Amino acid sequence: MELQSQHFREKAADALADSAAVAQRDKIAQFTPIIRDAAMQEFGSFEALRKHIKRIRQHSLDNLDYYLARFELEATNNGNQVHYADTPDEMNSIVLDICQQHGAHRVAKGKSMVTEETALNDYLQRGGLEVVETDLGEYIIQQAGETPSHIVAPALHKSKQEIRELFLEKHALGERALETTEDLVDEARSVLRETFLKADVGIIGSNALIAENGYSMLVTNEGNGDLCANLPNVLIICTTLDRILPRGEDATAMQRLLARSTTGQAQTSYTSFYSGPRREGELDGPLETHIVLLDNQRTDILASDYKEMLQCIRCGTCLNHCPVFAATGGHSYGWVYSGPMGSILTPLLTSLETSEALPNACTSCGRCGEVCPADIPLPDLLRDLRHEQYQQKMTAPRWRVGLKLHAWLAVRPSLYQFLTAMLTTVLHRLGRKKGSFSQLPFAAGWTSVRDFPAPQSGTFMQQYKARTKADE
Amino acid sequence: MSDPSPPSVSLFVTCLADLIRPSVAFASIRLLEQAGCIVDVPVQQTCCGQPGYNSGDYESTVPIAKKTIALFEHAQFVVAPSGSCAGMLTEHYPKLLEGEWQERAIALAEKTYELTSFLADVVKLDKAPAILTQMPTVTYHDSCAGLRELGIKEQPRKLLRELCEVDIKEMQQADVCCGFGGTFCAKMPDISGKMVDDKLRDAVATGAGMITGGDLGCLLNIAGRARREGIDIEVRHVAELLSGDLYSPAIGEGE
Repeated sequence: MELQSQHFREKAADALADSAAVAQRDKIAQFTPIIRDAAMQEFGSFEALRKHIKRIRQHSLDNLDYYLARFELEATNNGNQVHYADTPDEMNSIVLDICQQHGAHRVAKGKSMVTEETALNDYLQRGGLEVVETDLGEYIIQQAGETPSHIVAPALHKSKQEIRELFLEKHALGERALETTEDLVDEARSVLRETFLKADVGIIGSNALIAENGYSMLVTNEGNGDLCANLPNVLIICTTLDRILPRGEDATAMQRLLARSTTGQAQTSYTSFYSGPRREGELDGPLETHIVLLDNQRTDILASDYKEMLQCIRCGTCLNHCPVFAATGGHSYGWVYSGPMGSILTPLLTSLETSEALPNACTSCGRCGEVCPADIPLPDLLRDLRHEQYQQKMTAPRWRVGLKLHAWLAVRPSLYQFLTAMLTTVLHRLGRKKGSFSQLPFAAGWTSVRDFPAPQSGTFMQQYKARTKADE
Repeated sequence: MSDPSPPSVSLFVTCLADLIRPSVAFASIRLLEQAGCIVDVPVQQTCCGQPGYNSGDYESTVPIAKKTIALFEHAQFVVAPSGSCAGMLTEHYPKLLEGEWQERAIALAEKTYELTSFLADVVKLDKAPAILTQMPTVTYHDSCAGLRELGIKEQPRKLLRELCEVDIKEMQQADVCCGFGGTFCAKMPDISGKMVDDKLRDAVATGAGMITGGDLGCLLNIAGRARREGIDIEVRHVAELLSGDLYSPAIGEGE
């Protein structure tokens, strides 16, 4: 996906100007935390399990070299071919090579944010392949020529009406009503059925790579992952090497919080473990399976102060709870990953300078960190990125000067109190009648959308000192 | 058994109360004294350093943190009428500092409280300094740092209900950020404006005549937007309500 994060502010302004889309986002932002809360209350041990998941993720990452080698060994023993890719281009070319070796024409694809990261679809299409997304959300945005607005629910921004119009336009199926959600799902199902049956290659992602047995776990609610994996002769699993977990029970522990956090389900409809190609005597399954493990900066992040970001299990819960994401929508972030996790990952995977706005699109409200099932200190990491921007002088000069001056004064109490007393006296005199200012020099950002309440008469320190003096 | 000596509290005024709304700090003193505390105000205090810290200027925040620690570490208790400033002292100074200073930051953190949690949990205030005959119906905005860093949710509500018989109408999404976020509100005003509009919409929908809360940053943002949009709802700090100070003009209101 082409990086557009430098346009966050403009995209956010556009998103806020679209009142129908705003209403849709408001509804979702109110709804998703409620279903998560209900699921967690019923579950009852969120804190204990998320501490456990954090320990597992940290242990896996701290011993990535060991567990990766173990995974590769087990997966190879199961008959898989394991490939490593350093860069997005390497992953894309490995996948295209496999497709070409098999003379493939059609690819059925399950949802995979990693392949969005590498822009695999474009690459394969340029290589002459027909690629169809089979996750309903991904299918919708592929038909619409759009990009995902949410890592778990890529078409979350689309209304039922928009999807109806899209299907009527894209599917040459003649006159039909398509009134209900069920109608829309049925139509997508019948169109996609053909895709599964005709595909030469299936491509899916992975939620976890299990080192002890070489299995890859995938969760879906539609079962499309299983059809992509089992019907075509060739299966390619595209994921990143940080998905490693030591044991099967670690993957299932993670799964207990994954769906509850996102959709409020105790369990996704499908949780599949892919071991490898069809074995002798088996009736179905792919004849050949490949696992492509992308690095793309992950080992650099592992060695950095942002290591905890790799604990992420891609549940999307931080997006669902971020008020900035709710206001702006996922597309404003300008890349694959959005919301709090995207505001950290995008600068780390691309460029801190290009995605300058993202770590600043945060009120430090802490809601993301509170709900993260991997216990990632997201607000701290966002602030650390702002620190890095400050150190690298990416912060706007007027902010740097203002903050430096404030900090300089804050450790000089006498001067600070003298100047603030003068300033508040002036502001009080000017503002006492009306009570607030609609415009103030040096506070244009504040007064562009809200009045500035006038100060009371005299600072506290002035008044307090006067009272203490009078008491003596 | 003789009476234990009264708790001694050093008030961390917070820069917003100092500069914009001193009545919040005076109300805090009245409440603490009502609870039997001996209150002192170290006059060399300024700001906890959040503006720079949250904007990523850790280096300039270090001397501010050290100054604040040195000024307050001799106190028995430190109390601030703000969850975000108290959270800065308890949660962030220990992260920001290293070595000996980190130990001093942790020691300070252990005795630092936000006002309503101190009144409700520590000194267990059971009587308001002044009972007003007509208390308004209010809705309570949970400021983020107080709520998530310090676990403040029930304390201010309990005090309002039990001490002042205030009727609280809970709004939808009371625990969602109002869009203030320190420098965020000036850096990304459009997004902040949308968030504060949502807050005002939910507050107005309760039918309460007043929004109250424990953090002036949020309240200035909410009051400022209400004024801009001509929304008729009073905004006051919870300390003012609890101490019975409904006489000064509400935040953003003229005299």
